[in-house]
Amino acid sequence: MKANVHVTLKNGVLDPQGKAIEHTLASLGFNGLNQARQGKFIELDLAETDADKARVQVEEMCKKLLANTVIENYTIEIEG
Amino acid sequence: MKACVIVFPASNCDRDMKVALESSLGSSVDMVWHRETDLSGYDLVAVPGGFSYGDYLRCGAMAARSPIMAEVVKHANRGGHVLGVCNGFQVLCESGLLPGVLMRNANLKFICKDVKLKVERNDTVFTNGYDAGQIITYPVAHHDGNFFADTETLKRIEGQGQVAFRYVDNPNGSADDIAGIFNAAGNVLGLMPHPERLVEMPLGGLDGKPMFDSLIKSLAA
Repeated sequence: MKANVHVTLKNGVLDPQGKAIEHTLASLGFNGLNQARQGKFIELDLAETDADKARVQVEEMCKKLLANTVIENYTIEIEG
Repeated sequence: MKACVIVFPASNCDRDMKVALESSLGSSVDMVWHRETDLSGYDLVAVPGGFSYGDYLRCGAMAARSPIMAEVVKHANRGGHVLGVCNGFQVLCESGLLPGVLMRNANLKFICKDVKLKVERNDTVFTNGYDAGQIITYPVAHHDGNFFADTETLKRIEGQGQVAFRYVDNPNGSADDIAGIFNAAGNVLGLMPHPERLVEMPLGGLDGKPMFDSLIKSLAA
C-alpha cells in the first residue's frame, strides 16, 4: 500500500524559499502569480494492506517525524 | 562535575565544545556517540553544532529522534543541565526540550560572522559570568537560525523570562530578536551563536569563556 504525504508550512509562517520562487518566476515573465509556497512530498511504500490502519500508521509517522507541527501542516493520501 | 558532548553523524563543533569545556573544567570531557543510551553520572550534557544527518528533512529532526536524545530528555527532566549550540539548539527544539523552531534565515543566506548579543539575564548558571544587559560578541554560522514560535508561545517565553540572548542587529529574522532561550525550568539553554568559538585569544576573543567558567563553577558548587 502506498501513502503520499504532503508537508506544507502553516498559513502565516514566513516561507522565504516560496518568496524566492515567486520572484524568480516573475523575473522569467510569469505574470499574475499571487503566491508560491514550498513544501515537501514524501512517498511511502507500506507493508500494511488495510487502508484505515495504514492511515493511522502514517498519521503517527507525521506527528513523530515527518512534520514539525509548530510550523507545518500535513496531508495524507492512501493509494489502494 | 562531569560533562559530556554528544556526537551525531556530521556534528562538527563537537571537539571545539570539548576543548572549551575542558579548558574551564580542568579535566577531561567525554564524547558520547548518538547510539549510546546512558548519561547517568553527568551534570552537564552539551549538544554541539554541525549538520547532523546532513540537515535531512529538517535541521535537527533526525538527531532529535536518535537513541541518545531520549536520554538527554530524561537527563533534563531529572534536573540535569543541557547546553545546545547552533545545530544543538535545533536538535533541542526538535526534541521538544525547548519551545519553537529554527527556520531558514529570512534572507535565505548562510550567515557566518561575529554578531553582537545582549545578555538578557545573569541570574542563571549559564549566564552569571556576564552582567544583565551586557553586550557581548559571539560568532554565528548557520543557514537555519530564524527562531519562530506562535504568538502564544512567544508571549509565554517572554513572560517567563526564558529569553537568554537577543541579537542587537537581527541577522536572520528571528522573532523578538531571539538568539537563545532557556526552558521553563532554566536547566536547558539553546542558542544559535557559538560561545565555544571565542574562548582563547588566538581565536579572536574571550567573550564565550564566561559562559563555560560560570557554568562549571556553578555546577561544581
